[in-house]
Amino acid sequence: MTTFTKVPKTIEDILASQSAITSRRDFLKTSGALVVSFSAASVASPNGLAAAEGDAPRGAPAGPYPDPDIRQLDSWVVIHGDNTATFYVGKTDCGQGTGTAFRQMMCDELDIAFDDTTLVMGTTDTTPDQGGSGGSDAIQRDGWPMRRVAAEARRVLLEMASEQFGVPVDQLDVANAVISVTSDPSRTVTYAELIGDERFNVTLTGNNVNAISGVAEVKPVQDLRIVGQSPQRYDIPPKVDGSLEWAVDVRLPGMVHARNIKPEVAGATLRGFDESSVWDLPGFIRVVSRGNYLAVVCEREEQAIDASRRLQVDWEAPATAPFPTSEELYDYMRGATPTSNDNPRVVGDPDAALADAAQVLEAEYDFPFQGHTAFGPAHALADPSDGQMTIYSNDMKSYGMRNGIAEFLDMDREQVRVVWMEGPQAYGRTAADDAGFEAAFLAKEIGRPVRMQWMRDEETAWDTKGPAFTFSLRGGLNAQGELIALEYDAQAADHNHVGYNEVETVLISQLMGTRLPTPNRGRAATPSEFYAIPNRRTTTQVVGLPSIWETPLRTGNLRDPNGPQVTFASESFIDELAAAANADPVDFRLNLINGSTNEDNGFKRARSIAVIREAADAYGWDTRPSPKPLGSETILTGRGIAYSYRSETVVAEIAEVEVNRETGHVWVKRIVCAHDCGLVINPEGLRRTIECGMLHSLSRALHEEVQFDTEKVTSVDWISHPSLRHTDTPEQIDVLMINGDPNPDRPDLPHYGAGEAVCKPMVAAVANAIFDATSVRLRRVPFRDERVLAALRAAGV
Amino acid sequence: MSLVNLRVNGTEHTVDVDPSTRLLYVLRNDLGLRGPRFGCGLGQCGACTVIIDGVATRSCVTPTSRATGEITTLEGLAQNGTLDPLQQAWIDEQVPQCGFCQNGQIMTAKALLDSNPNPTDAEIREGMAGALCRCMTYYRVQAAIKRVAAGAQDDGPASGEEAIR
Repeated sequence: MTTFTKVPKTIEDILASQSAITSRRDFLKTSGALVVSFSAASVASPNGLAAAEGDAPRGAPAGPYPDPDIRQLDSWVVIHGDNTATFYVGKTDCGQGTGTAFRQMMCDELDIAFDDTTLVMGTTDTTPDQGGSGGSDAIQRDGWPMRRVAAEARRVLLEMASEQFGVPVDQLDVANAVISVTSDPSRTVTYAELIGDERFNVTLTGNNVNAISGVAEVKPVQDLRIVGQSPQRYDIPPKVDGSLEWAVDVRLPGMVHARNIKPEVAGATLRGFDESSVWDLPGFIRVVSRGNYLAVVCEREEQAIDASRRLQVDWEAPATAPFPTSEELYDYMRGATPTSNDNPRVVGDPDAALADAAQVLEAEYDFPFQGHTAFGPAHALADPSDGQMTIYSNDMKSYGMRNGIAEFLDMDREQVRVVWMEGPQAYGRTAADDAGFEAAFLAKEIGRPVRMQWMRDEETAWDTKGPAFTFSLRGGLNAQGELIALEYDAQAADHNHVGYNEVETVLISQLMGTRLPTPNRGRAATPSEFYAIPNRRTTTQVVGLPSIWETPLRTGNLRDPNGPQVTFASESFIDELAAAANADPVDFRLNLINGSTNEDNGFKRARSIAVIREAADAYGWDTRPSPKPLGSETILTGRGIAYSYRSETVVAEIAEVEVNRETGHVWVKRIVCAHDCGLVINPEGLRRTIECGMLHSLSRALHEEVQFDTEKVTSVDWISHPSLRHTDTPEQIDVLMINGDPNPDRPDLPHYGAGEAVCKPMVAAVANAIFDATSVRLRRVPFRDERVLAALRAAGV
Repeated sequence: MSLVNLRVNGTEHTVDVDPSTRLLYVLRNDLGLRGPRFGCGLGQCGACTVIIDGVATRSCVTPTSRATGEITTLEGLAQNGTLDPLQQAWIDEQVPQCGFCQNGQIMTAKALLDSNPNPTDAEIREGMAGALCRCMTYYRVQAAIKRVAAGAQDDGPASGEEAIR
């Protein structure tokens, strides 16, 4: 044990206010319905406890806001006097239930009941910096330091009990936060009696937050009891009864409302504005402008909306068009000089193999820009009180936002904190980043708390976009129908791909003229599969549009940044090759994987075989080549499969479609997903995450496309930018969770990531099913009714 | 600005606003309600849905002066501390992902079931079509509605897996 150092002030306050805390336990004891009332208690949060799911910690002391010390056990785990515990973790839960899963993992290691704990996430001065969310790696990576610190807390408590009883640790038992002597179970001591409301004062080791560890080992999988159960998500009751305070709900005394005014034409220069056009409006406070950034601030929200629409602004359009139209995009990309060009990766001799092939297939695929188009447009509230800056935000990377805003405003890091609160749909680099910077900038200018809220058209037009892709594929089959050569050539419109929270990546900063010396390179990814193809050439290039700054077509991460695009092309083309070989699509894939003997540490090749087989079995796959003979009915039915992996997680998905040949309408009636992410923490939570992730990609397959003319984005609301609806919902979704391949000699796998992996195969599975039903191959996303109908008509279907 | 009377969740309120102000902003900013929320401001997504005299209404396009009936928001569904069966079904079915749209889902479903207690699957899909969700929780929303519509006939999970708790 060492001397206590920097533990978050919030935790200090909790340790100092024992009397306030016991009220929560009393509430629990007197309550009939423990589960619901526990959630309510954590929400009510009378003492600032469990603020992650409660009201914003406005009572917290004014800064500075130093970083919690990641090497202090007290920064992670607090045992309260009522024998409950609070866990502090530096992640954010975007709605997939990771908070509940973290709690399960930490409860198991600490040996405490799930219902006797709470978990606080993602607020920069309260929880250790684990970076917030991203990459679907919360469970895979960040769960480990959480498990280790909880195990360390248990170890320390056991040592304390050992000393108290005069009995060696290996002769003690522990269950539900009570330690007993094995030989005399009447001798017990609770965690609270050992350390309740006091500090551990234990220093941890590790060079970075992912390596944080105590002395204790984590438990073997066989000893985990709460992991693998499906306790309900603690955040759901306050989300359905209206009691949760979200980032959109925070209201502060003296708070004012802001709205942005975006350039009429992308890349336009702000020549001036006539403030007198809004002076007379009630509640008007100020127009704030710097460079091409422009916003109005008013006392009331509806006043700010009105003023933003009435302000007379003089924009000067750029000399050259910022981008081609969305209809011309793919021709433009194919003709563009790449901004970066990876050396082709070559295996074998693809030229010779293609020259010798019995059949050579070629196909081009196109995938549009798609947006986050968050259901709740970007928002944030910034409070400049006391010379500090607090930003209330749902941005999933709250820690990066804090650093970026400090730099942007030239403030000391410790003057700035970001309070993470729940918000809409944070699936990557959303405009929540931008709104946080804007609110903070305006708050500093105005000197009052400023709430920034983007409007619908602004969100849909200007949020960051997943990059558009074009693909050219060429494959050669030998006389036996075996795939002997594959050329894959991908181009991504991803030049200057923005990162998270760095000053030059946010729109307000770009509008003010900030430029990186070298634009971010961007990336065009390659397929993720285990197909054994002896001759391959894989080429990836990035291309840029004419405008890469201040543009609504800024690219950033969108729920598996390249996966749906790449897998659409690669798994559609494999299906085309299977059809050309007159082979069943499942058999064709399994033969390609079986042809390899390369295995990695995570058995991904064997697990690929397992998920494809499991999905086919569960679906009741009838082995035959696609397409099936064209029927004469109005509704044509078919099924398609696609498979991929992401990091260590392997997924196969089967879609069954109905295609209306008279309208072109596609309904995905049934989906089967076989999913292997290793050890599953919360099966029912995972099931829903898988379902929703697949439907998100289904929306991208059927509906979503950013459309633009040569000046601006023209898809700006839910009519011009349609999204999946209730009427599109499949009738049946089957999710099969698999851990490891069927080889019984192989061990259970550790916990990997989930979420984005299932987003990858869906678009291809749908395209393959449409082909099976109609004999028509769709090579451009999305598959909207009019496009499908045109393709059917062109093919004479 | 002028004084406008509103009856919300059984309580009378008088607010001093421009009467053309959309009801959403008054509910949120003057009355401090958190259920209805801004999603599009165009009446397209359902995030702002409240029930006025039994009708699911988009508060983001409704002038405050026109909201003369009894307004019910998400906060007003629970009675005497007991959640509405729909809210309980939402918990039992573990419907939300991020949850931001769920006000629109629940309030639209409430109005749907109040007018049609036993909808067919097709009626549920059509009746809910205007309530968007970008996390795509539709499958579970429909399962939760079926739990309530089915009433006591079937308390099991609509989608076939084992009960969660």
